[in-house]
Amino acid sequence: MASFDIKINGNKKTVEVDGATPLLWVLRDHLKLVGTKYGCGMAQCGACTIHVDGKAVRSCVYPISQLKDQKITTIEGLSDDGSHPVQKAWLEKDVPQCGYCQAGQIMSAAALLDANPKPTDDEIDAAMSGNICRCGTYVRIKDAVKTASKM
Amino acid sequence: MTSIKTSYNRRAFLKSSAAAGGGMLIGISWLASCESAQVEEALTMPEEWFDFNPYLKIGDNGVVTIYSPNPEFGQNVKTAMPMIVAEELDVDWKNVIVEQAAYNAELYGMQFTGGSRGIMSKWDALRMAGATAKHMLKEAAAKNWEVPISEINTENGVLYHKKSKQSISYGALASAAAGMAVPEEVELKEVKDFKIIGTSRKNVEGLNIVTGKPLFALDYHQEGMLIAMIEHAPSFGLKLKSVDAADAKAMPGIKDVFTIKTYEDDYEKGGFDANAFGELVVVVGNSTWEVMNAKKALNIEWEPFKAYSETINGWRGKSVVNVPAGLESTASHNNKMDALAAKKGKIVRKDGDPESMFKNAAKIIERHYSAPYLAHNCMEPVNVFADVRDGKVRLAGPLQAPGFIEPAIAASTGISVENIDIEMTRMGGGFGRRAYSHYMVEAALISQKAKAPIKLMYSREDDMTNGIYRPTYRASYKAALDENNNLTALHIKAGGIPESPLFADRFPAGAIDHYMAEEWSIESNITTGAFRAPRSNFMAGAEQSFLDELAEAMGKDPIDFRLELLQKAKEQPVGERNDYDPERYAGVLELVREKSNWSEQKENVHRGVSAYFCHNSYAAHVLELSMEDGEPVVQNVCCAVDCGIVVNPDAAKNMAEGGIIDGIGNALYGELTFKDGAPEQNNFHQYRMIRMNEAPKSIDVHFVKNEIKPTGLGEPPFPPIFGAIANAMYKATNTRQYHQPFLGKDKVLG
Repeated sequence: MASFDIKINGNKKTVEVDGATPLLWVLRDHLKLVGTKYGCGMAQCGACTIHVDGKAVRSCVYPISQLKDQKITTIEGLSDDGSHPVQKAWLEKDVPQCGYCQAGQIMSAAALLDANPKPTDDEIDAAMSGNICRCGTYVRIKDAVKTASKM
Repeated sequence: MTSIKTSYNRRAFLKSSAAAGGGMLIGISWLASCESAQVEEALTMPEEWFDFNPYLKIGDNGVVTIYSPNPEFGQNVKTAMPMIVAEELDVDWKNVIVEQAAYNAELYGMQFTGGSRGIMSKWDALRMAGATAKHMLKEAAAKNWEVPISEINTENGVLYHKKSKQSISYGALASAAAGMAVPEEVELKEVKDFKIIGTSRKNVEGLNIVTGKPLFALDYHQEGMLIAMIEHAPSFGLKLKSVDAADAKAMPGIKDVFTIKTYEDDYEKGGFDANAFGELVVVVGNSTWEVMNAKKALNIEWEPFKAYSETINGWRGKSVVNVPAGLESTASHNNKMDALAAKKGKIVRKDGDPESMFKNAAKIIERHYSAPYLAHNCMEPVNVFADVRDGKVRLAGPLQAPGFIEPAIAASTGISVENIDIEMTRMGGGFGRRAYSHYMVEAALISQKAKAPIKLMYSREDDMTNGIYRPTYRASYKAALDENNNLTALHIKAGGIPESPLFADRFPAGAIDHYMAEEWSIESNITTGAFRAPRSNFMAGAEQSFLDELAEAMGKDPIDFRLELLQKAKEQPVGERNDYDPERYAGVLELVREKSNWSEQKENVHRGVSAYFCHNSYAAHVLELSMEDGEPVVQNVCCAVDCGIVVNPDAAKNMAEGGIIDGIGNALYGELTFKDGAPEQNNFHQYRMIRMNEAPKSIDVHFVKNEIKPTGLGEPPFPPIFGAIANAMYKATNTRQYHQPFLGKDKVLG
């Protein structure tokens, strides 16, 4: 066990965990931020996507000990009221079916648009293909990413 | 207007006052209340609620709460079902709050989401719920104003008496109306008068989903709750021999390690109690990561079990199932299936004299199709919260039908059903897997033994290797053609492990004078069950590929050929058990032909058509693909569906789009193989799922407009896409696709 000070969603938090604990479980079990989802535990599905200093990372394979001074943003920190353009676009296109993968999809999309505000179709595919949706909402996700890019 | 007797589940309506308080579990133990945060911003909560029936209550300010009876796993029933109630109640959708109803079979009947039966099975009850409350409001107004009830109209939550120019809101009259007698008969709206049904309404959980609010059982937390994980036998065919838990118990954060047995030996299983791994090793600890690590430190010995038989008390009555011993492999499965496919099967339908037609045929075309096991791979792995203390069971988890598993929970915990509460959480996917909720029993037993509230979590590996899989199937199609290239006979032989996929009475049965259908099956100890459009998910691809090949051999356009067969089935049907309506079937083919501009040829675009009937609905697709760097790229899918009245059109389109994408993924990549009883894929690095870059660039969905009572949509668009992509791939590569997955390991096109 060790003590870690982390910057998350604009707040500072201290957690006592083993340094090997992936951020996913720090978020879910210790900070009770459960919007970030577990899907595979090996960075294959993208359900656990969060931002570390604005970049999309898979929190299920990111040990807390690797974190230095970076800022973490989770789906809860994107906006609490759905006012982030990506969330607004998701609502406008009524994207979700079961909804389980969507936090990860939204975090991948938000990081993409931060880095590349007007992505091409191929760039959207490249940025989003790490996120699996078993319900098959990909056409709507892509549509929503494009909608958000115009906001 | 249509009159409907309210005797349907009338007893439940009369007992409504018990519903709102009695069964509700909502809110209290969630991290934050899921429902109210969103609603309170938009709506002012009433000071008092008045219960009308188990489906709705009306507040003194006119706000209405509608309880959605069935569990939700992405079909959007939680939006569509309340829309139906709101329509007949005649309220403004803006003033509706939606809540998940509690599990209460006495009030709601079967609360089952699956088999594309959700909307279909609750259509009458939901309409009646709204119409009954509206009638009671009218009665109260009539009494108040001393006018005949027939002179009272309603609109958007307000009652009017035009002659006396009086009006009153539902809210103001709710108190008086709730006390009125439940009518014996109510009037329902005409379809043409619908204002909510048939208009697109956003997902009621949309905001909660995009802001990451706790909606799923995985998000459940209760003070003092421990995390539990299980270790099951690594192979089908093995059982627990011994466990050495010393190392695991010594690891940080670990509270206990013990074993459980899900069902007692004398427990008579129901049709949905399937479970291969009855004896489990359980690790209980403080946090998920600590428990995951301790699980790796377990030293467990497993041993082969002996063959046994069990009586399953399913929907179709009791049957004896033989479970063989041994460690099965895909290679041995293939050998066994090859052997049985070459022998005569059990004849389940025969029309005319197919034997002599084949004997006298000028040409015989025979093709063989196969498909592997599939894992459901719901994005939310199996998990469930359980608190079993003081003789009471409280469960919150993802399950498609609480009624299926409640008897097993009672039998295993020794706690009677009156003391069992099951909260139906939003599910991160279902696809049939969560109709088999043995994990509810497991969680209850773990909590009972740990004497603490627990959340049982399966890792992805646990989830994928402890499946209730889609069976592996084979089908052979054989057609006889005469010297004029006319189809004279059709012979289908299909089988699988452990069941045959055959629907003997489904198209093209009924359209061919000489027809025979045979089937076979092989016993196995690998657990299988419903997977999105069971059996149809294989048969549609095989049948629609074969019809495509047949049309080509006969020199006919593939749509024209199907329409000719359907015309025959309509005008001179063969046999009396045909399970489809040829006219509606032809309707979707005609619609997709028109919408896809079928007659136009496009450069470098290869098209495949396919249509299918299942789960009471009809779907047809035209899939367009192009080849890029030797890979098929799906450009567009044009889809036509006839599922009767469409309640929520945009959400229905979403459902069809999802079925198409999911189907393409499974057709191209889906495959679970076994070696020595163990699944050879256990996570997404080995089990390939379709991703955004492989999805169609666009999908157009068109619905046949009619006034037929709604039928299913979750499944029907899924099976035919297997045929559409196979047929388009043939056009692109000149090679027919007979064996799923079409782009599996080591397979190249062309």
